[in-house]
Amino acid sequence: MESTNPFAPSPVEKRKATTESIVKWAMFGMAILLIVPVFAILFQLFYKASPVLSFSYLWDSPKNLGREGGIWLPLIGTFYLVVVSLLLVAPIGILAGIYINEYAPNNWLTRIINMAVTSLAGVPSIVHALFGVGAFVLTLGMGQSLMAAACTIAVMTIPVIVTATREALAAVPMAFREACWNMGATKWQTIRTIVLPNSISGILTGVILEISRAAGETAPILFTGAAASVAVRMSSLGDKLMPYQLDERFMALSYHLHVVAEKIAGMPEEMQYGTAAVLIGLILFINSFSIILRVFLRSRKKW
Amino acid sequence: MFSRIQARLGALLDKFEKPIQWLITLCGWSSIIFVVAIFFFIFKEAAPVFPHLNWGEFFFSHRWIPVPAEGNEPVYGAMGIMYGTFAITVVSMFIAMPLGLGAAVYISEFATPKLKETLKILIEFLAAIPSIIWGFIGLVIMGPIIQNVFGIEVGVNLLNASIVVGLMAVPLIVSISEDSLRAVPDSYREASLALGASKWEMIYRVLFPAAKNGLLAACMLGVGRAVGETMAVWMASGGTDNMPTNYFDPMLLLERVKALTATIAGEIPETVHGSEHYQVLFVIGIVLLMISVVINVVSDLIIKGIHTDKNA
Repeated sequence: MESTNPFAPSPVEKRKATTESIVKWAMFGMAILLIVPVFAILFQLFYKASPVLSFSYLWDSPKNLGREGGIWLPLIGTFYLVVVSLLLVAPIGILAGIYINEYAPNNWLTRIINMAVTSLAGVPSIVHALFGVGAFVLTLGMGQSLMAAACTIAVMTIPVIVTATREALAAVPMAFREACWNMGATKWQTIRTIVLPNSISGILTGVILEISRAAGETAPILFTGAAASVAVRMSSLGDKLMPYQLDERFMALSYHLHVVAEKIAGMPEEMQYGTAAVLIGLILFINSFSIILRVFLRSRKKW
Repeated sequence: MFSRIQARLGALLDKFEKPIQWLITLCGWSSIIFVVAIFFFIFKEAAPVFPHLNWGEFFFSHRWIPVPAEGNEPVYGAMGIMYGTFAITVVSMFIAMPLGLGAAVYISEFATPKLKETLKILIEFLAAIPSIIWGFIGLVIMGPIIQNVFGIEVGVNLLNASIVVGLMAVPLIVSISEDSLRAVPDSYREASLALGASKWEMIYRVLFPAAKNGLLAACMLGVGRAVGETMAVWMASGGTDNMPTNYFDPMLLLERVKALTATIAGEIPETVHGSEHYQVLFVIGIVLLMISVVINVVSDLIIKGIHTDKNA
């Protein structure tokens, strides 16, 4: 006679278990489906770019509208764009984050400020470009220039820094502030000596994300200052390191990629892939810093 | 030496507590100032065309002929372009929503802590890829694949743009859905499992209803992302506006489309500042701005819940 196990799963339980494992694997498949093709494409991108990727490709200026030569001018243009926009946005964004988390009273005005930050983050990049044209290029008379493009990028990336700062400050325990106040420190002294030093990694993460956004964006600089090619003197090393003035148009890596991919006939394939590979390499490099920073932050958290 | 400078600087900063507070407050309000400025400047550039733009034609005609042949009047019918944006949004969401929600559920409920961390980092990298790279992928890598698979002449079309935009919107959907799933208290999960539910039953009977606001907001923000995407759509969609007669014809996927964002990006450089065409493109900008602000404000309200002043 067959002995029955009283704890054996019933048919209903078996069916449930089957469904569950199907669902689990299906969802795992979805997560994989997201990641694997994209990384395969990126791998192909780097593979096809490998023939041109060399030091001289980075260091030489584009010749013949980018069909030959390297990408030095767009690369240094992106660098200047990032630096100028960061100088503009970092103080405003960090102070705004401090205001929202430390000073703002809990009322309708603060709700509107928070809503404005979310709305600003959601405004399409091309609308930011139109705003840049209306405000900076025309009304403030900057013309199409590095400055106008950097201002446009700065306005667009304010939410990135505000959100990161706000979250970093909110993570500092209230007890830290209370202890400091009890020592007789004013609100600003507390923020300067206790809150900011304890949240600096989180704020830096926001700064890194801003840099990566600024380096990758194309639409906002389309009409505000990016140029397909510029005529600059390249006689000395000084010219090479500082080819642009703030009131002149400039080349940027992202716009250069658009130009070499779509605008110019007879473009060698590897020049397109090379530009794309350098841009994506740069962005992933910048972003890996934010991940390292977060791991570091978690390891030395004092509370 | 350094610490003395630091102390001096600190003392100096403390003397100016009041002005510093004013500066901080001003910066705090900056987001409101910039949102108002964006509305102001875009309306300012578009305003001259308001009185004589044929609004009926703008919204309900699909004849977009801004630069007509000699002797003809230009026609600004944006319906075909709005259809393009709408079609890309809908098709891309068919790709992004299941993938995004599935991946979010997997990361939040099934993955082991190590795998979870890895997947989150990878998806963060995915979010960091700039839109011009996606456009390049659509144009140079996906285009030829679509040409070969379907045996058609041109690989940039609705399908291509939708896949690219869908993949771009996924990281946003994943991270917000994951946040809202994590916000569901563990006691809900434990109660449900203790009553004999399988993990999947727990997910769709308990977690989904409990997190539905967050999931809805995630999908809405995905839609906002798709509507506002510029470079990828411009490079991968083909850029011809057409109005289909049968909306459910699957062959439409292989048609080229033109989106609102791509129209602005492509045509502003060809216009003269202050011309009618230029102003009409700013009107399209207003349409995009309105859509994005409405989507963001509504999803923000959904996430945080509409606080009625019970305590006040």
